[in-house]
Amino acid sequence: MKVLFRDISHDFGSVRVLDDINLSVVAGEFVCILGPSGCGKSTLLNIAGGFVAPMEGEVSIDGEKVSGPDPRRIFVFQERGVFPWLTVEENIGFGLFRQGEKEKRERIAHYVQLVGLKGFEKSYPRELSGGMKQRLEVARALAVDPDVLYLDEPFGALDSITRLQMRRELLRIWQAERKTILFVTHDIEESVQLADRVVVLSARPGRVRRVVDIDIPHPRDLSDPRYIALRDEIFGEIGLAHQV
Amino acid sequence: MGGLPSQFLSCYPPPDLRRVLPFTGLALFVLAWHVAVASSKGTLVPSPLAAIQGIIELAEKGLLARYVVASLFRVTWGYLAALVIAVPLGVWLGLWRRGEEAVNPILQLLRPISPLAWIPIAILWFGVGDVSAVFLIFLASLLPLTLTTVNAVHNIESVHLAAGRNFGLTGRELVRSVVLPGILPQLIVGMRITLGIAWLVVVAAEMIAVNSGLGFLIIDARNAGNRYDLVVAGMILIGLIGVGLDLLMRRLERLPGVRWGYVGE
Repeated sequence: MKVLFRDISHDFGSVRVLDDINLSVVAGEFVCILGPSGCGKSTLLNIAGGFVAPMEGEVSIDGEKVSGPDPRRIFVFQERGVFPWLTVEENIGFGLFRQGEKEKRERIAHYVQLVGLKGFEKSYPRELSGGMKQRLEVARALAVDPDVLYLDEPFGALDSITRLQMRRELLRIWQAERKTILFVTHDIEESVQLADRVVVLSARPGRVRRVVDIDIPHPRDLSDPRYIALRDEIFGEIGLAHQV
Repeated sequence: MGGLPSQFLSCYPPPDLRRVLPFTGLALFVLAWHVAVASSKGTLVPSPLAAIQGIIELAEKGLLARYVVASLFRVTWGYLAALVIAVPLGVWLGLWRRGEEAVNPILQLLRPISPLAWIPIAILWFGVGDVSAVFLIFLASLLPLTLTTVNAVHNIESVHLAAGRNFGLTGRELVRSVVLPGILPQLIVGMRITLGIAWLVVVAAEMIAVNSGLGFLIIDARNAGNRYDLVVAGMILIGLIGVGLDLLMRRLERLPGVRWGYVGE
């Protein structure tokens, strides 16, 4: 087991946001945590990332209890997480202060290439589009070679076309780098397009309602009957008729 | 808005005009000054010409450079000393809420006290001389710089601190790599405003605490023979140097690593 959530419960004041969450994720797996706004899914991810200590239960990674943020597990925020005072290459190199100058340069070049920011090495984030900033943040995370990536609604602020491209990019990067990914989203389609497994949380307090295996190989055809069946199953699980 | 003629609503004049307009305004002001003095035949203020002759006279006597250097010297040292203390103190208070809550009442109580009120104490401690003036500049700069820094630290995006910690930075490394660059745009604005305050205070301090500098020039010109042409000459020099200092500080705002703080995103 790579990441193990055991009996996680958490309150904000007198409000219970997470209730007895149990979940295990294997190495290299892509898991989406899906739920409505306010169900505590971001809190769950923050607990896994070591930014929030759970009131009950614990998260362990490779059998070791999580007690704080750790460069082996990198949290990707929405594109606001990049440092606006650093250029693209300085952002990517931010976590590489323990590496030698030569290795640092090679890694920066590699990840600039991987996320398609070649030619923008000297640009500042304000000169980039939202999608480019998001790719930059992913590159900064990957550069330190973490084994787990936490992504908290990373594409939420992007337009729908860019969002679709970003999903394809993320899958390509995931297949190249084989990281364990925990991806929080409220977008059902997004979860079915990306994940090996979708963990459906209930509205507050967040409980695991169901875990759905998405047994479709990549690249996924969005008109494949199997895709539609799984998507509708989750729609049904959340209690939404698939109609507008 | 309805009653205003449309040209008041237009955003900016064309670029060529924008370059000329400030000088036109200045020229008109000097002209009006000259006409007013000439037509009144009185001794209300010396004419602009007399003031410029005053500046030339000061330059010939070698006083111009001496006094300007003396004033700038005091501002530089007082201001830099304040900066060296205020930034670390402000960062520390900004990050450590308990410390801030303990120290804040002191800062708030000191804030409304004009730096000039410290003149007697400065003279008591350091006597009449450079140290007193430098000390007053230091006091005048310390509080605004500290408060600016504290505020700027509070405004840092929490995701930036979280990201810094996630990459394994703690304590000093986190301050150096995330907090300082994060506060720099706001800090530079505060530094600019504070340098303006320091320049205001040095003139007042020099009127009482020392025997050189532009403030001393003004008070001495009046006391030693009612040389109001030299008084106005001193005022013009103070204004020009103040503008120069401000322009210098504005250049800091164009550094590539701080531009993000000023451009609307």
